[in-house]
Amino acid sequence: MAREVISTGNELSALGAFDAGCMFFGGYPITPSSEVMHEMSDLLPTVGGKFIQMEDEIAGISVALGASMAGTKSMTATSGPGISLKAEQIGLAFIAEVPLVIVNVMRGGPSTGLPTRVSQADIGQAQYPTHGDYASITLCAGSLEECYTQTVRGFNLAERYMTPVFVLLDETVGHMHGKAMLPDLEEVKASIVNRKRYDGKPEDYRPYDVPMNTPAVLNPMFEGYRFHFTGLHHGPTGFPTEDAAQCQFNIERLVGKINTIAAENDGLDDEADYEEFMMEDAEVCMIAYGSISRGAKEAVMKLRNDGIKAGLFRPIVLWPSPAKKLKEIGQKFDKIFVTELNMGQYLKEIERVTGRSDFTTLLKANGRPIAPLEMVAKVKEMF
Amino acid sequence: MAFNYDQYLRVDKMPTLWCWGCGDGVILKSVIRAIDKMGWDMDKVCVVSGIGCSGRFSSYINCNTVHTTHGRTIAYATGIKLTRPDAHVIVVAGDGDGLAIGGNHTIHGCRRNIDLNFILINNFIYGLTNSQISPTTPQGMWCVSAQNGNIDPTFDACKLAIGAGASFVARETMLDPKKLEKVLVKGFSHRGFSFFDIMSNCHINLGRKNKMLSAMENLEWIDSITTPLKKWEALSPEDQMNKFPTGVLREVEQAEYCDMYEMVIASAQGKRGKITQDDFAKKI
Repeated sequence: MAREVISTGNELSALGAFDAGCMFFGGYPITPSSEVMHEMSDLLPTVGGKFIQMEDEIAGISVALGASMAGTKSMTATSGPGISLKAEQIGLAFIAEVPLVIVNVMRGGPSTGLPTRVSQADIGQAQYPTHGDYASITLCAGSLEECYTQTVRGFNLAERYMTPVFVLLDETVGHMHGKAMLPDLEEVKASIVNRKRYDGKPEDYRPYDVPMNTPAVLNPMFEGYRFHFTGLHHGPTGFPTEDAAQCQFNIERLVGKINTIAAENDGLDDEADYEEFMMEDAEVCMIAYGSISRGAKEAVMKLRNDGIKAGLFRPIVLWPSPAKKLKEIGQKFDKIFVTELNMGQYLKEIERVTGRSDFTTLLKANGRPIAPLEMVAKVKEMF
Repeated sequence: MAFNYDQYLRVDKMPTLWCWGCGDGVILKSVIRAIDKMGWDMDKVCVVSGIGCSGRFSSYINCNTVHTTHGRTIAYATGIKLTRPDAHVIVVAGDGDGLAIGGNHTIHGCRRNIDLNFILINNFIYGLTNSQISPTTPQGMWCVSAQNGNIDPTFDACKLAIGAGASFVARETMLDPKKLEKVLVKGFSHRGFSFFDIMSNCHINLGRKNKMLSAMENLEWIDSITTPLKKWEALSPEDQMNKFPTGVLREVEQAEYCDMYEMVIASAQGKRGKITQDDFAKKI
């Protein structure tokens, strides 16, 4: 049975993690994400899970990665400055293939920026949070429900692809308070993905000896399957190597297990990678994600009232981007309007995928949301 | 019969990357003998290391091993220990790793008194990166990043650990492996954060620029700056300043973090009331 709750985006993200089987949270206080941490400190010990507030952002993710290495589902939550500090550990999670959900409630930047105000300026950071080559999975919630469902999905993708996964909320969505309809708990439990395990002889265990575009198979610690975690390039059993062919293979596999698989299968799982709102008969396509997409929906309705057939395309999986669909949109629509709370970070990806650069844009980077009427006025200029 | 190290080592990873005469190997062997004395099942042991020469420690010992980023060993190990309080977790870091880039985690690991065994291999230098000053490099020594001589004051790692609240703090050198093994066993048996400051040589990158060209000369210098705690206590304040006391410097019973977390779980599950100040001996 669907569950009706009254809550906030941050708290629902925590509840999603809890229902997804998260048993460990490590973090450090930061606005506007702290409520995720508060909620986890309340929820986790009720089922014997572990919560720890660490001495800094770096320790917050390191402790969570240690827990995941030990074999448990683990999470951290922060905001842009925290991601900047966590960057090196995110790199270790990529190369050592340690699953982790990282919730980023976006605020204005760079640096301390606008701590209590909304932004969507960490889209680029989520794609390339750390040095080196890898591919990132980034989900973006646009509603209270999605704060819950996309966090659950984040855990499932992390476990399936053995990688850190970003769940992006923005300050508006994170602090939004209201009614949400959550999916049936049994259905959620039935959808849970757990990382693969190796059950053969311990002496034959080769966790990183997997084919191209396939994630590593990492067993929990302390169960007789000994191997080595390292941030160095490593061979089949996890031990450091500088072998040229192995290093090239490692990187191609890390990128391929996400980007190639997503391209081949048209997505990383069976869930929706995007939402289309009144797109069937639309003559102008608006593209927006996160909290801004809510105002965009209202703008669509207002424009239709004024006789302009508008529609909204809202990506949910930002990375890897829903390229096939974006390309289609680029071919189908003459008039495309892109709005986001940054100076065009996702616009760049839309331009890359569609091969076009003639979009009408409404970009804001001052910590204020974009009102539907501002969008309406801008779209009307296109006619 | 000679002790058989092979069952504890990843023999296929030998020889080590460490330089000829390096103290890291002596410490590795002492840790192995201490584990053997403890009778630990290696499937239940985890060794976490950081970056630097000491970072390779985890590659050579046959158990669950993690080679983390620079300075973050204690944070990773805390996640592992908190997830599996039944596991035996040994953390190995160098003086740069544990006192400079990772100093914050060292402080807070000690403060939480989580049951980790933290081995600081203190060779007074950044060895792997070719002789830059570390927090423990003595003033007046010469390093590639102090071309006119080091003016940075020297860190007393044990004083930091005691100040931050570690419940077991010991200092030894690798000059006497038997004594080192004994102290390790003592610390491994202790419930709470066990901090070992183990002084070791780096004649290659500290010694050769500071008139200690051989391992022996470097070790003689370490011998000259250390003295057993009892003897140290009898020294004048001026002489105390120029010697590091060795042995167990602090050993107290203090609530351990994983044990304390059980209170949190019990409270959250309604099996006890809320945690209050009355649950702790120390009120401030």
